[in-house]
Amino acid sequence: MEKKKLVNYSKFGYLFAIPFFLTFLVFTLYPICYTLLLGFTNQEGAIPPKLKILKDPLDNFKYLFKKRSSGSMSFFLESLITTARIWIVNFIPQICLALLLSAWFTDNRVKVKGQGFFKVVFYLPNIITAATIAILFNTLFAYPKGPINDLLTSMKILKQPFNFVLSKTATRAIVEFIQCWQWYGSTMITLIAAVIGINPEIFEAAEIDGANRWRKFWNITLPSVRPIMLFTLVTSLIGGLSMFDIPQLFATGGPDRATTTIAIYIYNTAMKKPYKYNRAAAASILLFFIIIFFSALLFYFMRDKDAAKLRKLKKQELKNAKLAGKGA
Amino acid sequence: MATNEEVMSTKKPEVAMRSRKTDSIIFKTIIYIVCVILSLLSLFPFVCMLINSTRSSASIMANAVALIPGKEMMHNLKTLNRMETFNALTGLKNSFIISAGVTVLSVYFSCLTAYAIHAYDWKLKKAFFGLIMGIMMLPGTVTMIGFYRTCYQLHLTDNKLMLILPAIASSQMVFFMKQYLEGALSMEIVESARIDGASEFRTFNTIILPIMKPAMATQAIFAFVGSWNNFFLPLILFNKTKNYTMPIMVSLLNGDIYRREYGCVYMGLSATALPLIVVYLCLSKYIVSGIALGSVKG
Repeated sequence: MEKKKLVNYSKFGYLFAIPFFLTFLVFTLYPICYTLLLGFTNQEGAIPPKLKILKDPLDNFKYLFKKRSSGSMSFFLESLITTARIWIVNFIPQICLALLLSAWFTDNRVKVKGQGFFKVVFYLPNIITAATIAILFNTLFAYPKGPINDLLTSMKILKQPFNFVLSKTATRAIVEFIQCWQWYGSTMITLIAAVIGINPEIFEAAEIDGANRWRKFWNITLPSVRPIMLFTLVTSLIGGLSMFDIPQLFATGGPDRATTTIAIYIYNTAMKKPYKYNRAAAASILLFFIIIFFSALLFYFMRDKDAAKLRKLKKQELKNAKLAGKGA
Repeated sequence: MATNEEVMSTKKPEVAMRSRKTDSIIFKTIIYIVCVILSLLSLFPFVCMLINSTRSSASIMANAVALIPGKEMMHNLKTLNRMETFNALTGLKNSFIISAGVTVLSVYFSCLTAYAIHAYDWKLKKAFFGLIMGIMMLPGTVTMIGFYRTCYQLHLTDNKLMLILPAIASSQMVFFMKQYLEGALSMEIVESARIDGASEFRTFNTIILPIMKPAMATQAIFAFVGSWNNFFLPLILFNKTKNYTMPIMVSLLNGDIYRREYGCVYMGLSATALPLIVVYLCLSKYIVSGIALGSVKG
């Protein structure tokens, strides 16, 4: 018995982590490094030439930022702006709606009945394949005879059917709407969990002090759920940066590139003639760094502040002890 | 706000009570109206899809919104079956194979990896966990080019394993499983198993896994749905029609052949959405309670 307790178990830690690590090496790390390498090479065309680093290794990266011959901004930058724009316009109403609903559903004075039903229904769009949703909306917005056009003309909002997918503004608005519509339920449920986690005594104390609903929301709920909101913000931002399915299938990134996101740009550059793998790789790497930047920001804000402080103090103490030791 | 409260306090108590009550009723009504509108917004596209899938293309052309189902369901199904590219059965089969594989691998190996981090002390543990946190947010888009080119050179495109095997390293799920283990597992159980002479691997399979069942169930649902809905990677890796998954089949419905066959398009969409809707309604309890535990979003 005694001997058994002395067995060193740490090797099992390594052993059990090996499958994960190997898979990570093969399917994540290697592709990232290879993508990085491709960004500096001559790999393009249906049958790429022998892999060679370009004379000017940064050529592909420079191309991404070079102005078009017409003088307007490069396609890459344009897609970056489009992505940011679609994400912002979808996220602001999404988080506002989610906050409002989570405040309503957790109000202990007004117990909203049918909450379970509402939650299930609001989350429904999120579970359905994005590809299906995109094509479904494309069909709903069909021209000249589609359900939306029918509804709008019969309600006299539109005089005649409108071809939505030919208008840049309308297409972008619809893509933004779909994103928001698909995700507010998920955000709401996350926020509800956060609000429920707040100590109810704080609310009770505020009520005794005569705080009204608005004050409670503004002074208690909002500050308490800030970390979760930040988490939602960054995960949503990273998800938004790789947005592909909806804009690609709703209007194939159009009209006139109005909904061409970075992911669509990368896809089109690599998978369509003239198959510029190197440029697509360069764009992927830039996207990679943007995402790393935002993830780091998240971890910086989410880090356990007290634990970090404690560690700092301990380090300081150790240093002091060392210094004292040296002094003696 | 302040003036409002002052007015309230100067009023007689009953009056204040009554006004608070009517206030609450108005507030409640607003909540219900908004919730009902949002529900209609959530349901309208799907209801419209399901009803139109039972109507003939001609009647949809005449009137695209209807509340009563038509009688052309079988006709639409037959037309859909005649289409050469769209094959719902192949799509379902491929999606199912890939999603099931992904689910089993990701759940099992995430538990194993989380256990390795939680239960053992090893030198590189902290670095390893840092790595997992670091790659948690990484979307497939950024590794896609390198991955595709490698698969292409090794003739591994059109190989389902290329979508299934990466699931062994699902960092998000490992993170979640580790959180769960911290709350659910006391090392005393492991110690007593060791005293009984069970090997470490056996202890994991027979004692740890059953403890993790609730977490595994939630994560399995999300892994399955996530893999089922994945469009980007199969689109890039698969060229042969026989490998197409459901989302790629759906994307074919956008083609020009289907422009005039609205009933048929709605039918195809319903065929892909209905299984998910049914599964969701059955498992909604677990899904809704599992969402808050975190997933990358759009």
